[in-house]
Formats: sequence, structure tokens, C-alpha cells
Amino acid sequence: MTEHPDDLAELLTAASVRHLQCPVIVENLRPLSGGASADTWRFDALLGKERKELILRLAPPGGRDPIRIDRKTEAQLQQLAIKAEVPVAPVLFVLDEEDGLGMGYAMERIEGETIARKILSNEEYAKARTQLAQQCGEILARIHSIETGTLPSSLQALPAEKLLKTMRSLYTAFEQDHPVFEFAFRWLLDHIPENKTLRLVHGDFRNGNFIVGPEGIRAVLDWELAHLGNPMEDLGWICVNSWRFGNIDLPVGGFGTREQLFAGYEAAGGKKVDPKVVHFWEVFGTLKWGFACIMQAFTHLMGAKRSVELAAIGRRVSETEIDLLNLLQ
Amino acid sequence: MAGNRPTSFDLIEAVCEFLENKIIPKVDSYTAFHARVAINTLGIVKREMELGNDLSTEEHKRLSRLLKQDGHPDELNSLLCRKIRDGSIDYSDTDLINHLKKTTLGKLSIDNPEYSAYKKELAREGESSRSLPRENSRGTE
Repeated sequence: MTEHPDDLAELLTAASVRHLQCPVIVENLRPLSGGASADTWRFDALLGKERKELILRLAPPGGRDPIRIDRKTEAQLQQLAIKAEVPVAPVLFVLDEEDGLGMGYAMERIEGETIARKILSNEEYAKARTQLAQQCGEILARIHSIETGTLPSSLQALPAEKLLKTMRSLYTAFEQDHPVFEFAFRWLLDHIPENKTLRLVHGDFRNGNFIVGPEGIRAVLDWELAHLGNPMEDLGWICVNSWRFGNIDLPVGGFGTREQLFAGYEAAGGKKVDPKVVHFWEVFGTLKWGFACIMQAFTHLMGAKRSVELAAIGRRVSETEIDLLNLLQ
Repeated sequence: MAGNRPTSFDLIEAVCEFLENKIIPKVDSYTAFHARVAINTLGIVKREMELGNDLSTEEHKRLSRLLKQDGHPDELNSLLCRKIRDGSIDYSDTDLINHLKKTTLGKLSIDNPEYSAYKKELAREGESSRSLPRENSRGTE
């Protein structure tokens, strides 16, 4: 775990002055969660009389993770997404080597709710909930419409075959016997959908990664898992039962129906949705989350980070197993 | 030792009460969240102590029947995985699906009997759910 420097506030002030090219005072710098090793901080930047409410994204603790894009690429994607009219926090500046803070960027702080269970239960989001699935479809269509030639060249191309192969070899390395996972792997290998064009895929588009207000989604967060892939991967992922937070009968994020999602997608210019392909990706996503539970448990078991939370997540594998069986019978 | 108290159940309950009443009110919200996770984790241990043996025995019997051979349950489970992987058991085999479903529901009765799909399955099967402790805050949002 890397702790960020004690002089974070000073370095951030100097970086803000350099990039915004005016005098800046940094105030109220606080980690969003997880203490001094946090990768996401909130702060206010005073530019003369103007107070800007901002978020600082730094490199995550524990070094580079090959499946995640770096912060510079993440900032670039957010800027491209805004141009495509995707609700995203505008990026103010991107850090560079001279700033001495590693890779990172500052973006506007958007108020609203991110906790999925509150979005699903609080009265103030009742109206939003009726429209969220449709809105998710519209947003995904815009993300998938981004011209691939304009995307950062560092994005990995991850078609279904490659994703399955990578997950299979990682899973095998853990030497855990889960017959339901074998069942799902077999089924997925036999049902890979044909796909000719790879598009920008968000990679973690789900309830919990949205900032929501009473009127709907204000911003899409966490672009770290973005890649080039089958766009239907995003539509399947948001239907995974784990992201319904108990509202099992509303498959899209626990707030809406697949029909609403697909209608929004097609209305905003997305290509006609084949529900069978989305089903494939929902199976894939459920297996992926199940496998992620194993990986998190082993982060604890192998001692990389000892934590009761990580250990307990290992027992969530059975949740994904029942979901896989329900999807595949 | 037989029947003498405190049983291991009593001890787990004592630890849960300590965390709930003495620790959670005094710590920051981040640590309190992890203390809740700890309480729920001890809930898994309690349910496994209560249900684990019977469920393992049933699973072992089903594995032997399905694979038509005897052996250590871990070895049989491993063999089942290999057979699904190499296609020598087809994934549409109803005996296979029945075994996987029963085993998974058994695991959930220990891991998280509050899980939506588990409760829905029990309701569908018309079984009455056992009154087990509630599960909350065991994962990330």
C-alpha cells in the first residue's frame, strides 16, 4: 500500500496553479474513503472569488493493475465521453511528471447519490427510478457511438474469446473447484456471439457507479475497466443480479426492465439489440463477478491485504452460482 | 466436553455481542462497517456449524451417484469439474443440474440465506425458510 505524501496539499496547490495558470488556494482536502492511501480525494480550489468543488483522482494504491487503464487514459476517455453527450464529470486538468503526484487528474465534483441501495429505496429518487433503465440505454448508445479512431491507443481489445481465455487461465491458477463455474465456462464457450466491430465498452457500467439526482443520472463514474469490446457486454453487465441489490424482479440495476434499457439504447441510435446476445453477456458478467469474489478472498488469503471484508466476499461466490444456474436452465 | 457450556455457539454469540454493543458505538463509520462485516461473517460460521455436516454428507452421496464411483468428496468434486470441462458430462444433463442446484442452495443456506435468488427459489419450491439470522453489509457497494 502506498501512502500519499504528507505534502499532498502543497503539491496539489502547485499543480493547480501550473495547470489553471492563476493563483489557487486549496481547501478542505479529504479522502473520499479509506484514509491516507485513498486514490480519490475531494477538495475545493479557490480561484480569486470563485470556489470550484473538485475531485482528485490519483493512481490506486498497490501499483499498476494490468486490467485497469491508467489515470491519464481515464481522463482522456471522460473528455471524449462528454463530447458524445455522456453525463460525466468534466476534467479540469491532468497531472504530469512535473507535478510529482504520479498519474492523476482533477475533475468537477458532482453532487448526488452513488450508493445503490439508497438510489433504489429513497423517496427522492422515486421518479428517477422509473426512467433510469431507459436512460442507461441512451447513455450506453452514446458511449458505444464514440468513433474508435479517436480513442487512446493504449486501450486493450478484449473480444469475448480473449476475455474468456484470460478468465479461464486466472481461474485455473487459483485451483478452486467450482462445478457451476465449469458449467458456465462450457456454456459460454459454446455460445460466443458473432461480433465484427469492437466499440468502446465502459466495463463497469452498473448501479453503484452512477451519481444520481431526483431527475436521473448526473454522471457515470469509474472508467478504469474501459476497453474495446462487444458493446453488448455493457448491457449484460448492468443486468447481473448482484447489481439489483435485492430487487430481483427489476433486472436492470434493480430499477427497470430490459425492454426499457433496449428501447433507450435503440432510440439514442444504438444498433438493434438482440436479447440473446445480452443474455450471453449477463452470464459472462455473473461468472466474472463470481470469479472476482474468489480473487478478492485470495487477496486476503495470500496476505497481499488482510481484511475480514475481503475474506467474507469469498463466500459470495454461491450467490453468483445460483444466479448462473437460474440463467442457464 | 459433551453438552457443557459455553458451547462454541455461546462463544461466537459473546463475540458478536461484544462487537455490536462495545465496539461499534465507539469507532468511526469505516471501522464500524468492518465490525458489522465481522459479525455477519461469524453468522456464516454459526450456520456452517449447524448445517455443514449434513449438507456435506448429502453432497457427497449425490457426487458418488452422479459419477458412479466412491472417493473423497474433494476428489469427486474435482473429477466432476474435469468431466464438465472436457464435455464428458453434458451441461444439459438433468442429474448434473439437479446436483448443482441442490449443492448451491445448500451453500447459500450457510453463506447468505437472505440473498434474493435464494429466497425466491425457496418460495418457488414452497419450502418454508428456516428462521436464520439476517445478513447485511457483507460486501462492497
